[in-house]
Amino acid sequence: MALTTEEVEKVALLSRLQFTPQELASLTAELGKIVGYVDLLGEVDTTGVEPMAHAIELLNVTQDDQTRSSLTREEALANAPKQNGEGYLVPAVLGD
Amino acid sequence: MSKYTTIVGLEVHVQLATQSKLFCRCSTQFGAAPNTQTCPVCIGLPGSLPVMNREALRLSLRTALAIGCEIPPLTKWDRKQYYYPDLPKGYQISQFDMPMSEHGYLEISDAKDRFETKRIRILRAHLEEDAGKSSHDESAARGDSLIDLNRTGTPLLEIVSEPDMRGALEARAYLDELKLLLTYLGVSDCNMQEGSLRVDANVNLHLDESGERIATPIVEIKNMNSFRAVERAIDYEAIRQYTLWQESRQKIGDVPKQTRGWDDAAGMTRGQRSKEESSDYRYFPDPDLAPVRFSSEEIEKSRNGLGELPAALRARLQSEFGLSLYDAGVLVNQGRELVDYFFAAVGQGAPAKAVCNWVSQEVLRVLKERELGIDAFPISAGQLVDFIAKLESGQLPSSRSREVFDAMHSKNQSADQAMQKLGIEEVDDSALENLCRELLEANPQVVADVQGGKQQAVGALIGQAKKKNPNADPGRVRGICLELIGRGL
Repeated sequence: MALTTEEVEKVALLSRLQFTPQELASLTAELGKIVGYVDLLGEVDTTGVEPMAHAIELLNVTQDDQTRSSLTREEALANAPKQNGEGYLVPAVLGD
Repeated sequence: MSKYTTIVGLEVHVQLATQSKLFCRCSTQFGAAPNTQTCPVCIGLPGSLPVMNREALRLSLRTALAIGCEIPPLTKWDRKQYYYPDLPKGYQISQFDMPMSEHGYLEISDAKDRFETKRIRILRAHLEEDAGKSSHDESAARGDSLIDLNRTGTPLLEIVSEPDMRGALEARAYLDELKLLLTYLGVSDCNMQEGSLRVDANVNLHLDESGERIATPIVEIKNMNSFRAVERAIDYEAIRQYTLWQESRQKIGDVPKQTRGWDDAAGMTRGQRSKEESSDYRYFPDPDLAPVRFSSEEIEKSRNGLGELPAALRARLQSEFGLSLYDAGVLVNQGRELVDYFFAAVGQGAPAKAVCNWVSQEVLRVLKERELGIDAFPISAGQLVDFIAKLESGQLPSSRSREVFDAMHSKNQSADQAMQKLGIEEVDDSALENLCRELLEANPQVVADVQGGKQQAVGALIGQAKKKNPNADPGRVRGICLELIGRGL
């Protein structure tokens, strides 16, 4: 299945990615190949087969509601591009 | 007839009262220092795997059954994808097409009869995770926003109503009833200040335009921090939309759904940044989480354990005990413990109406003044029964009942002790008659006035009677005086 440039532009916007026109062209072709590969699954006849919600037939995997220790703040913030020792710092979130 | 009808649907997010988060075992305790309750799962580090909290499932099932929802045979979790700084994984684990419950209802009524009792249909209730919090502090962070991920992954039950409410009053009644129900169920602390209960409202208008019924575009209102704010926002929005309709003539479908934020200080809604780019959430089943099937035994067990819920309790107080809807509401709204206190008193033989009056007025007044719960109230149900019996028999004059009641709770005395300390004793009929006779003889003008048709003249004697004998009951003094004058002394 071929993807259109518009579809790839939309996915890029949703993913907060910006591409040059050259990148967009090559990505449209590459993504199209990936989607086409997955489309192979469409060749399997699933008439009469109940849809599955999950790849493995497991149900009700749960844990007890008992707290365990969390990461220390230092550990949690260790990989943040920007932080102030208390929290992650990100470009201003304004408007809502 | 109003120019339009305000149509309201509500989405309520309820934070479930679990100890740990929905998919990891970090604490959900409110108020901890920022970013001290997170782990690789809730901050979305690679390679981490979520595992469902069993208690969150139990609480959501309990709530869903209490609002009359059906429980589908299978439920699953989906990823709702959008990018926002308070959502570290880049998606929220929520439920899309197979929610854990659907098709319920909540009945609302108004003790003041401002609207008719009605059922508000509930479309669905689904279990999802909360996001983090962002705060913006110019001075401290030089224009950056600070992200705290402690709340990320806290379990939320989102309860979505159908647009069945007509105006702010019904919306408020729905929220009050839902909050009361959740409190009875013990599934959430419902603390709005701490964000345990969050409400979004979908509002539009229906109007008749030369025989044609027209609906205006739907607006979703966010950022309402109290039930009062929800009422005000709906009222404001209805007027705004009517004014806009007259100018623009835009109907539902002409423009995309708009999101507006409530500004409580300004008392108005404001348009929020358009989110058209994020309206495509590209839901797909979360491959990290196994679907859940509630067994029929589990469902029945949960249903049987719901206990008597507010609506049933109000109905029983009316049918079995003859209380009005208003009185029943006053008791039930205070919580099950107060209703149990009422039951205990009535169970020991006190008349229901008298118990209800004392509980809903004096007991509640004292609890409020002294900031006590009914469990710490010094007057036991048995002592209240004793007190009411003395009052009903006339042993305790009603004019002094409040003194006795106050002594009972403030000095931990029984009714007998309080009456003794206050020198209250029943004045027998002959003593009272002698007292009245004495007063009438000393006040011939009062007798003449009453005989001339001015019965209220007796009032002048009541104060004098109380001075001579503080235990003289004003009602009886009045009655005896009138009777004596009638008999010609």
